[in-house]
Amino acid sequence: MTDLAWINAAITSARPQAVGALLRYFRNLDTAEEAFQDACLRALRNWPANGPPRDPAAWLIMVGRNAGIDGARKRKRETELPDEDHISDTDDVETPLAERLDNADYRDDILRLLFVCCHAGLPNTQQIALALRIVSGLSVAQIASLFLVSDAAMEQRITRAKARIAADGAQFETPTAIERAERLAAVATMLYLVFTEGYAAANAREGETRAPLCEEAIRLTRLLLALFPSEAEIMGLLALMLLQHSRRTARFDANGAIVLLDDQDRTQWDHRAIGEGLALIDKAIRHRRPGPYQVQAAIAALHARAATPAETDWSEIALLYATLERLQPSPVVTLNRAVAVSKVDGPAAALALIEPLAKPLDSYFYFHGLKGMMLRDLGRDAEARAAFDRAISLAKSPAEAAHIRMHLDALASGKKSAPDLRAV
Amino acid sequence: MLYAILCYNTENTVFSWSKEQEQKVMDDLHAVQEKHLKAKKLGPTARLMPTTAATTLRKGDTPLVLDGPYAETREQLLGFYIFDAANLEEVLAFARELGAVNPGGAYEIRPLHAFYPGTLETA
Repeated sequence: MTDLAWINAAITSARPQAVGALLRYFRNLDTAEEAFQDACLRALRNWPANGPPRDPAAWLIMVGRNAGIDGARKRKRETELPDEDHISDTDDVETPLAERLDNADYRDDILRLLFVCCHAGLPNTQQIALALRIVSGLSVAQIASLFLVSDAAMEQRITRAKARIAADGAQFETPTAIERAERLAAVATMLYLVFTEGYAAANAREGETRAPLCEEAIRLTRLLLALFPSEAEIMGLLALMLLQHSRRTARFDANGAIVLLDDQDRTQWDHRAIGEGLALIDKAIRHRRPGPYQVQAAIAALHARAATPAETDWSEIALLYATLERLQPSPVVTLNRAVAVSKVDGPAAALALIEPLAKPLDSYFYFHGLKGMMLRDLGRDAEARAAFDRAISLAKSPAEAAHIRMHLDALASGKKSAPDLRAV
Repeated sequence: MLYAILCYNTENTVFSWSKEQEQKVMDDLHAVQEKHLKAKKLGPTARLMPTTAATTLRKGDTPLVLDGPYAETREQLLGFYIFDAANLEEVLAFARELGAVNPGGAYEIRPLHAFYPGTLETA
């Protein structure tokens, strides 16, 4: 492995802290990014010769800040500052800076940097693109390929988003506790968007292309949790991402098509990621402050703990969906609760739960699929067939359509042997 | 004489490694360990989960459970246990029992990503 690969990893991991601190100094995103770029170029020259500094982030902040000031001074034809050789070798200079960075500023710098990307006026796709550009440091071309759009289109998207932020300005005062909590919630939502953007792949090829989005979301959420170690919802969010991402290789078959949860080869799940997710849920539960991410993670954990679909603890899942319904009411959450209720209390109870959802979920594949199964189980075959027909017309993948066709075939031959359908 | 080798590194950087970098390091480490495993000189090795998965029990009359790793630098690492528990509460209960008879300091409770028993034979 080359020096360059290690330097890149060190720069990537230092980036949120360094750009965050430079943004605080210069109060301008473009200047902060330019100063950081400058510091990175100097690091590539300096580190292989002098060895990497003990604290790469502190080095990059110091050199970046000097470069930024230097740039401004050059424009004013003033004297230059000492070069970075004097910074990297002398522990004396580095140590107090590193200590200064160790305080709360550092936490708020990273949170601010993430928070500027969650500007409420920006559409989700722009928020995600901006975070990947500014916080993660991906190139425009890399982001464009993740989103399957042209470089020019992505360049334009990011430029627009930056202009919007520059026009409104960021908050540079140290946030109050309430502001900090609000920023944290907004950032959590944005990070989950990054994750779901990667997770929502229709086939294996797309899944592989977009997996870096999931991995980056996990990395940034881990960073956020390290900064705010007692935030139960951030523990829940990280657990949720890890548990979902643990199924990445089992989610697609040899032909690249989506495999539904019940049909997945559970030995292919990433048990290391599952272990970390479960450990985080254990920690979160101790706080007794349930939130939507924790509850969703707990549901994912119950699926992850079951060695076979038959061993799934459906009554616990039904309770958790009821909690989620209270915290975050939505027709889709109720539909998911109905799936669990059907396993525990039978089809009549589940059907009663989903009948009021007919209007809001009329164009939702899973609604008609579940309705069809409940009607079939109650012996109302003609109505079941109609619901399955509607589901097939709404199927978004061959796997979804194949499942419904299996149910229709079973109905035609008078059997009830087809396995259940559940969201991936 | 038995020795423990304690591994330190910058966590943020290690978790920014690409899959290829990670795999390369793991393969190289296993290659180094191979001959010592064959010679039955290498005992249990473990890879810890990130510090975000850690919980700390600060010992005292009323032990305090804190989120995150043990961050103080005044105390020194003096030993460790490997314990099989169904969940955090069970391992915390064990740590509390230990703490009751061994006052002072703290226990950092960190789940393991991987555990290899090794080939060391003890008398």
